[in-house]
Amino acid sequence: MPHLAVERWTKSAGCPPDSNAALTLSPSKGERSRFDKLNVSAKPAIVLTVEGTHGPVIHAVTKAAAIRGARAGARLTDARALDPALVAVPADPASDAALVQRLAKWAGRWSPLVEVDGPDGLRMDVTGVAHLFGGERSLVRDMQRRFAALGLTTQIAIAPTAAAAWALSHFGSSDLIVTPAKAGVHVDANSRRSQLPADMDASLRWHDELKGLHVSALRLEADTVRTLERLGLKTLGALMDVPRLALARRFRGAEDVVDALDRLVGRKPEPLTAAPADPPPRALLKLEEPATHPEVGSQALERLIPDLVRQLQGRHLGARRLSLIGYRVDGSGAVASVATAIASREPKHLQRLLADKAAALNPEFGFDAFVLTAEWTEDLSAAQESLVEKSSGSQELARLVDRLTVKLGPRRVRRPEPQESHLPERASGWVSAIRSSLSHSDGEGDRSTKSSGGGVWRRPLHHAASRHGPPPRAKLREELKRPQRLLDRPEAIDVIYATPEGMPRRFVWRRAVHDIARAEGPERIAPEWWRQPSSARLRDYYRVEDSDGRRYWIYREGLIGDGRGGLPNWFIHGLFG
Amino acid sequence: MSRVAANLSLVAGDGGRPGEKRANFSELGGSWTLPAPPNPTLSELFAAQPRDGGWAGFLLAQLDTSKPLLWVQERMAILEAGRVHPPGLPIQSLIHVEARDAKDALWAMEEGLRCSCLSAVIGEIWGDPRVLDFTATRRLAVASERSGTPCWLARLGGTANLSGARMRWRLASAPSLLNDLDPKAPGLPAWDAELFRARGSPPGRWTVAHEAGAFHLVAPSGGRAVDEERRLSA
Repeated sequence: MPHLAVERWTKSAGCPPDSNAALTLSPSKGERSRFDKLNVSAKPAIVLTVEGTHGPVIHAVTKAAAIRGARAGARLTDARALDPALVAVPADPASDAALVQRLAKWAGRWSPLVEVDGPDGLRMDVTGVAHLFGGERSLVRDMQRRFAALGLTTQIAIAPTAAAAWALSHFGSSDLIVTPAKAGVHVDANSRRSQLPADMDASLRWHDELKGLHVSALRLEADTVRTLERLGLKTLGALMDVPRLALARRFRGAEDVVDALDRLVGRKPEPLTAAPADPPPRALLKLEEPATHPEVGSQALERLIPDLVRQLQGRHLGARRLSLIGYRVDGSGAVASVATAIASREPKHLQRLLADKAAALNPEFGFDAFVLTAEWTEDLSAAQESLVEKSSGSQELARLVDRLTVKLGPRRVRRPEPQESHLPERASGWVSAIRSSLSHSDGEGDRSTKSSGGGVWRRPLHHAASRHGPPPRAKLREELKRPQRLLDRPEAIDVIYATPEGMPRRFVWRRAVHDIARAEGPERIAPEWWRQPSSARLRDYYRVEDSDGRRYWIYREGLIGDGRGGLPNWFIHGLFG
Repeated sequence: MSRVAANLSLVAGDGGRPGEKRANFSELGGSWTLPAPPNPTLSELFAAQPRDGGWAGFLLAQLDTSKPLLWVQERMAILEAGRVHPPGLPIQSLIHVEARDAKDALWAMEEGLRCSCLSAVIGEIWGDPRVLDFTATRRLAVASERSGTPCWLARLGGTANLSGARMRWRLASAPSLLNDLDPKAPGLPAWDAELFRARGSPPGRWTVAHEAGAFHLVAPSGGRAVDEERRLSA
């Protein structure tokens, strides 16, 4: 029952034939499911009805019902008078339309340019696409097969113009592929009229397929079609034979038959409008006069935020990255953008994040438009966290991170994400707090990948086996084995120690002498050979305590005679608390 | 005053040379309650020596670790005394802020104090920056009291100027306790803690260690008594 119109045209002379596809569908998934529910036999006489002014009106009919005299547009009572056995099912145009929209996206498998055409059609530009599917015939076969698998019957036509494809798919006898006789001399949609007469004869050859069709294939208004019929111009062939001048005189304005005819044969272009992908939520503010006031940025933000939040609410989204673009009169623009740690659509919070940067936008010669776009969004359903008006800890924490990051920058606000490494400087693995999901840091997170980072500190390798829940807390004494503070870059110190591998006795750090009262070690940490150059030396770490009780973490780099340098050097790396 | 004196007399008998005879606190039996303000507020911690990390151990021992911690370090403090090293910390989760200067650090601390989702806010300031005046500390104290989040301001290499902090500590490392397993190795850390200014509790000076969730008095290094002069001057 549904039709699939596939059309094709050549865009310019000399180029390989272009093709366009238009798809028209009427019965939808809703209808199919209702048919299934009724559990009817192979030839069901079923009609879909919508409520009309005087009772139910038939919306669509099955083939069996059509044979028994039911027609779309007739009243159900009239059809029942012809055949009382008709089964009437209410139609659902809304979900039909949704299905067609979905199918338009799905049809992107064949062509990048797909247009929804009416309630039951799709048109697609298959120019230069057919060879990917093994030619136009196999393309049509593929479409038929795949739509049939969805339970939809299709009528497909490929023609040089969109209008011709539509006409052939709706009024043609079967699936049609109409190609111009000679591609090289085909009508050029963009060419001048003066060039047309030479090409006309050749181009008209494929018009033969159209000549037998009824004039309503031009998609004219019913009144115009009736007028044409009264004039005896019942087929397109008859219409084409009438001189253009006479047609143009008789039909003017909105009911321009000449215009429709030109689009049909390709004398006028008819571009397709593809269904757009989901555009990001975007709020626009136009100013009547260019504003040079320094506060124009923050004022614009104040107006745009509620608009954007409304859009986010409607689509159940939360913003992760926002950008405010101010368009200046002199053709330049200024951008302020912020990111958030968790998706948010709270107007106060978003405004606070952007406020400083918006105020800093320099108007120069003046802004005349602002656009606020949520460039990156995540699903965020409406949630009430508690009975009282108070946000939860993770929400609040994420907002704190947002505020800190906006002011100080993502590289200065960080949280540790443990790395499986024994090298102390690698083990902490600082990551930007805004990039990691903080909402799971309380250990209740359902995403297993990130939540491990926020739990109890995981010592490298030791607890690799504990997959369920956080590892057991290490004992206090064990935790103290790592210093609380680590120098970013180990500092060289002078150490008196018993050679070759004895305990350190005394060291000088930043010109202060520390007598070592007690020491523990060494803890040997070998270089990571898969990461570091082969000249990297091992480290022997000692926990030392000087005579005043201050505890430090020092290490000797290398051994005497390890073949990776001369005498070992000593470094201080950490401070114990 | 009398309580401190009593506590000190309890351990005075053990005061010997450092490291020579360090008994475990269990032998001493001196359990000690940390002088704490009734409500969370701003406390100041002065490191007696800027390159002594002892104060961090004393501070971490009294933190509630159930909620995330905000640790703000001024750039200079990182350069001089090192960056916080998470594997050495007993805390669950941490947000670390590296502030360019004291002004940014104070701002970040105040932002953190606005939010009640943190277990504590720790800020480290190097030296005596001009922005860290009475007003700034007073702001922190008020913000901390309003949100109920304890705030610790660590001062490395700074002098105890006028401040709005409710409690002011001076911390130094003390020789650690005896290590049961290896007498030559450092044992449980001990700190020489001096409370030189406090609201609602008398000042004092103690040598303490921390184990199993409680502070314990240990023998002071050198058996010093309360420094009368310093206490009176504060």
